[in-house]
Amino acid sequence: MKKRTMETSLAGHSPGLIRSIERRLFLKQGFSLGALALLSGCELTDDEGVQSLLKGMSRWNDRAQSWLFNPNKLAPEYPESAITRPFPFNAFYSEEEVTLVDGKDYKLELEGLIREKKPWTLPELYGLPQTSQITRHICVEGWSAIGKWSGVRFSDFLARVGADTSAKYIGFTCADDYYTSIDMATALHPQTLLTFRFADQVLPPKYGFPMKLRIPTKLGFKNPKHIMSMFVSNEYPGGYWEDQGYNWFSGS
Amino acid sequence: MEAAQAQWVKVHPLVVRVTHWINAFGILIMVASGWRIYNASPVFPFRIPNELTLGGWLAGALQWHFAAMWLIVINGIVYLTYGIVSGHFRRKLFPLTPGAVFRDTLQALRGKLAHEDLSVYNAAQRAAYLAIILCAIVLVLSGLAIWKPVQLQEITATLGGYESARVVHFLAMALLVLIVVVHVVMVILVPRTFPTMITGRARRTS
Repeated sequence: MKKRTMETSLAGHSPGLIRSIERRLFLKQGFSLGALALLSGCELTDDEGVQSLLKGMSRWNDRAQSWLFNPNKLAPEYPESAITRPFPFNAFYSEEEVTLVDGKDYKLELEGLIREKKPWTLPELYGLPQTSQITRHICVEGWSAIGKWSGVRFSDFLARVGADTSAKYIGFTCADDYYTSIDMATALHPQTLLTFRFADQVLPPKYGFPMKLRIPTKLGFKNPKHIMSMFVSNEYPGGYWEDQGYNWFSGS
Repeated sequence: MEAAQAQWVKVHPLVVRVTHWINAFGILIMVASGWRIYNASPVFPFRIPNELTLGGWLAGALQWHFAAMWLIVINGIVYLTYGIVSGHFRRKLFPLTPGAVFRDTLQALRGKLAHEDLSVYNAAQRAAYLAIILCAIVLVLSGLAIWKPVQLQEITATLGGYESARVVHFLAMALLVLIVVVHVVMVILVPRTFPTMITGRARRTS
């Protein structure tokens, strides 16, 4: 209806004038579209082409970070006096909803490219040589906190169970339905620890009882808590936050 | 009169114009996405209105920030290399004395600063453009310090550690945004400088 009115009103004008009006309208619409897209970053981010570009750049950043990763570079360690008290709780649920794992029945399951897949009980894990670190936990949100964790050097554990360390990934599934995965180079880093203690106490439920993988060379969300099983694989396993758009490597 | 009209002077070389507009686009993305990242865990007791930010949520903002950082850093390297090697910086930004900056800034505030020859920057402009370059360098270094506090821990330590590097990154952003706002206001006040940054040429007025 509207279109017809416009056609009628334009009748009798020279085609040149109409073309110039059309061009002006087109430019005007183009500019407002561009301005709108810039103003509402949300909609711009939802665009399919933009989405695939951003995802592609995130994959590129995975590669750049694994290239930048130096297996011999140690995260700074701090004195006991630098420890953040109280250490913040953080998860995708509230502190009241923390998963309680029964330590007596607990067994760590091993899957994938691992030679000895016998499950590990807590007393067996506690019996392995232990080491401690006081390092800075950095959250993807930006905040940071210093804590003390103790446990088994992960590279030692992987060697003990005969994991194929030439594989690309190690994935983790957790009692709170969280899951994540890391690159093998980071898994073998000397400061990557399979921890059972926090601040010289048995790891409390809110910090991940019975065990948390502590990786001071990665952001906090790459440090899984309440680990129930782990697997070695060459197929990209993704992760709870990674599948929603957070960068997979997330090294620090 | 006709002879004067035909007189054009080259003001901005092609490299400067191209890198300027890529930079403008890149800074817009970096600042808007950076504000969203800031909101996830504000360093200061205020948040930035989400309407002014880019990315929709933290993960989206991080994707934008870490994608555009490549654009802005590569573009910056091209600009700095050109500026140093070609003598563009030496010719355009120097000499620069505190007295001249003070005098020209005062004149600019009184609205009396002459802009006859667009190919020559006054001292206030020189100081502002140099400050933008320094801000950008501090932003890149503090950004690397926050992004890689283990792999690039030497940079992080130089800036006083992870937490203070975050503050440095924010303050350098604030200063950069302030200079950009003044810059845009000046372009609005002297509009004939705008097409010059696209075509590279200006009409000689004398």
